[in-house]
Amino acid sequence: MQTQSTLSDGSPAGHLARGNAAPADAAEEIYLTLTVADQLCGVPVLAIRDVLGVQAITRIPLAPAEVAGSLNLRGRIVTAIDLRCRLGLPPRAEGQRGAMSIVVEREGELYSLLADQVGEVLPLPLADRAANPVTLDAMWREVSRGVHRVGERLLIVIDVERILAIG
Amino acid sequence: MDDLLADFLTETQEGLGALDAALVRLERSPDDVATLSEVFRIVHTIKGTFGFLGLTRMEAVAHAGESVLGRYRDGTLRVTQGGISLILAALDCIRGIVAGLEATGAEPAGSDAALIASLDAVASGEDAPPAAPPAAAEAAAAAPPSPPAAEAAEVVVAAAPPVAPPPASAPPKAVPAADAEASGGGNAPPQTIRVTVEVLEGLMMLVSELVLTRNQLLQLSRNGADSAFAVPLQRLSHITSDLQEGVMKTRMQPIGNAWAKLPRLVRDLGVELGKKIELQMRGAETELDRQVLELIKDPLTHMVRNSADHGLETPEQRAAAGKPETGRILLNASHEGGHIIIEIGDDGRGLNVDRIRQKVLAQGLATEAELAAMPEREVQRFIFRAGFSTAAAVTAVSGRGVGMDVVKTNMERIGGTIEVRSKEGRGTTFVVKIPLTLAIVSALIVEAGGERFAIPQIGVVELVRVGGEGAPQLERIKDSAVLRLRDRLLPLVNLAGLLQLDSRANEDSAFVVVTQVGAHVFGIIVDRVFDTEEIVVKPVAPILRHVTMFSGNTILGDGSVIMILDPNGIARATGVGAESGEGENERDGGRMVVTHRSDQQTAMLLFRAGDTTPKAVPLGLIARLEDVERDRIENAGGRPLVQYRGKLMPLVPIAGHWDQSMAPERQPVLVFSDGDRAMGLMVDEILDVIEEKMVIDGAGERPGFLGTTVIAGKVTEMLDTAWWLRQAGEDWFGAGAEGSKGPARRILVVEDSAFFRNLVVPAIGAAGFVVTAVADAEEALRLRDAGAGFDAVVSDIVMPGMDGFAFARTLREGGPWRDLPLIALSGRAEPADVELGRAAGFTDYVAKFDRAALLDSLRQCLDAAVAG
Repeated sequence: MQTQSTLSDGSPAGHLARGNAAPADAAEEIYLTLTVADQLCGVPVLAIRDVLGVQAITRIPLAPAEVAGSLNLRGRIVTAIDLRCRLGLPPRAEGQRGAMSIVVEREGELYSLLADQVGEVLPLPLADRAANPVTLDAMWREVSRGVHRVGERLLIVIDVERILAIG
Repeated sequence: MDDLLADFLTETQEGLGALDAALVRLERSPDDVATLSEVFRIVHTIKGTFGFLGLTRMEAVAHAGESVLGRYRDGTLRVTQGGISLILAALDCIRGIVAGLEATGAEPAGSDAALIASLDAVASGEDAPPAAPPAAAEAAAAAPPSPPAAEAAEVVVAAAPPVAPPPASAPPKAVPAADAEASGGGNAPPQTIRVTVEVLEGLMMLVSELVLTRNQLLQLSRNGADSAFAVPLQRLSHITSDLQEGVMKTRMQPIGNAWAKLPRLVRDLGVELGKKIELQMRGAETELDRQVLELIKDPLTHMVRNSADHGLETPEQRAAAGKPETGRILLNASHEGGHIIIEIGDDGRGLNVDRIRQKVLAQGLATEAELAAMPEREVQRFIFRAGFSTAAAVTAVSGRGVGMDVVKTNMERIGGTIEVRSKEGRGTTFVVKIPLTLAIVSALIVEAGGERFAIPQIGVVELVRVGGEGAPQLERIKDSAVLRLRDRLLPLVNLAGLLQLDSRANEDSAFVVVTQVGAHVFGIIVDRVFDTEEIVVKPVAPILRHVTMFSGNTILGDGSVIMILDPNGIARATGVGAESGEGENERDGGRMVVTHRSDQQTAMLLFRAGDTTPKAVPLGLIARLEDVERDRIENAGGRPLVQYRGKLMPLVPIAGHWDQSMAPERQPVLVFSDGDRAMGLMVDEILDVIEEKMVIDGAGERPGFLGTTVIAGKVTEMLDTAWWLRQAGEDWFGAGAEGSKGPARRILVVEDSAFFRNLVVPAIGAAGFVVTAVADAEEALRLRDAGAGFDAVVSDIVMPGMDGFAFARTLREGGPWRDLPLIALSGRAEPADVELGRAAGFTDYVAKFDRAALLDSLRQCLDAAVAG
């Protein structure tokens, strides 16, 4: 997959995961990690078509607040979703570096999830995934498929379908 | 004549196709009377059509074939394989000529004498075999350079010789000939391959991308001065444009594809609703993008269903209203600029304006005062409001609240408009205007609130710069901005405000994009206007679909994404569409026939002719005003004529006489036109055009005038346009004006061929008769039993079911129509046939293709009936 080749900088957590789980594909899922306002998130790599640097984004008037605008990906128009806004996190500060685009496809349409930073590609065993804590914010519970421990941090597994269900 | 010819070609090809199959069947079972009469009838109809259109060569061949078939039918000749082969050869010959006709518009020259001789020989009882090969060869030679026809003829040549021996080992040889023929021959060689829609869609997408990339490259080359790229880039640009055009063409489909199911639908509806409905479809070959086609299919079906259900009356109601029992639904498609215009009309009861008014009041959509001030057309537009149905009853067919509002919304979604024209008692017509393609449009790029937007050029009427030196100024009425543009008050919307953007630019120097949506004109205030650009419309993401202000988005030459504004959405969002559209009357009022709506102001043309009394005619009825030089007016048979737009136009002097020596240098002429016919009224002087209420006194005081009215303080005579048209009409249809005196005579036409009905009915109608047409004798008898009254009956002879002779005998047997003049209309006007006709009870026997003779006969019969 294209995404993997562009980000094949090796995954330090890879051999860790393989150490204690059977190498069967079904037993683990591979995620691209991203940071949204310091929160670590994971998006299944199989859902990702492209990862882009900072893009020129055209605002769309009257669109829902979560829609940051649209951008041009090799001649296709991609609707950009601001993950900060979508997750109810504070907007990016002025002067902060522009957002990265993680392009996903849903029903033939391309969407870009705007994140502050893109991290690495991590295979994480399904067995390690914990259910959403019952106390988790209702909106987050809606878009999260579960929680992984990655080192010292917690990773929210983002449900792309749900993230895109806006309006 | 082109439409006629096209109709004819279609009908003939259908007929020929049916004949091939029927003849083969006949050959297998020579005693099958039903097949035999079917074959005979088709050949007969085709022959009649040839005759009517003056296609003598084909008529002769068809006639010879018909004679043979006539003998078969009468049982005086046995059906033989040789005979059938000859008839098939005759058909191939006709096919060849038809192909030539299609290609050149005229019958190709050539002789079919050998073929005809062989056919005649068979008809007179001689043996066919010796003649067959030359006949086929002749057909091949006669065929124009059109490959399919030649091919077809060859097949017959190959098949004919083995046929020659006595018909012992019957059909197998001839059958393949006919089969090969039916599949490969005839019209339009299948130079096509099937490609899946996905492939085309994929191609279209790639081309769209290519166009965008090309635009980007062009932009780059404009900015930089790197001239080495300029020339190849130009070439690339041209090729891209050609490619784009080519790919667009592959997506074009005739609109007939969307209509294919309608005849069945209408038929079923007719049965279900107990109505008689005739569906006419014109312009089915008009092409449009298949994407658009898909999108309009359902709305069109809905409208046709509406016409059948609500528009048309029951046969009883129609008869009571003096209309033909069979209601008509007319679909008409045509190109106009980059648009396609589709009309869906019926000749039914029309919209009941009073009922709409009541409903509007009941639903609180407008106040009584507002309604009173509304022009009728504006009231009619309420039917496009959601949940608005004037149908008294919810039927199984329509009237369930899924109404015209849905149709309108669907049309607007694809950048189209819909309008309604209706006249109570006369019918309703919806006019739909949609873009040919949705894929690539030309758009104006504007800026508002720091963002750029594209406005499709379709809706843009003009651009006005406001503010600044010498430019018009924006004005305000309370908070609403308006612009006085050429004495009209143009409502304005501020795009930045509408889109909730901060307008940084100051309104003092802005641009107004004057936009038209349907009948409504309004201005959009923008900060800047850039360029126009060809853009590829891409749909917006589903999560943005609720923003109705945008119809799509696109990528500009510089690679940036831009939203495409939807003028319809803007109009809706700002309520512009709800206001009364004065522009509508301005544009369409001229074409409406003014009758006795004396409460409305009408533009009148005042002129002087003959005497000193000023005369007036509604301006809308006049096509043009011309000044004709005296020398150009010619005399033909004592009637002045002028060559006008490549045709001869009869001139009628209102003064009653015209004397070339007395005439002025330049003769003022009022030109009236109807379709492609035109006539001119010669007047002395054109005085003025004024707006006046029409209040007419003393109608019909003297022929040619409706009566008098007072215009600008002077007694003025109102011209009876219809009367004057009939004065010139004599030249067109050979009908005398005398025929139209007194109550119009009612004529019933019984004719199975729709093509002939379409020819005969207008021809008789134009001569001043009221014509009702039915498709068969049974229906005519039903009309009789239902108590319909006519002054004369014109009937075809050869019809499916009860034929003309039987029909005549039935009428003469008794009943209310026993003594009516009965005219036979037939392609076979040979003495024997005429004799048969008279024996059956026909008053007169007229050749089908002779309009003048038919009208003469009608007049004579009617006069005789009155005298007797």
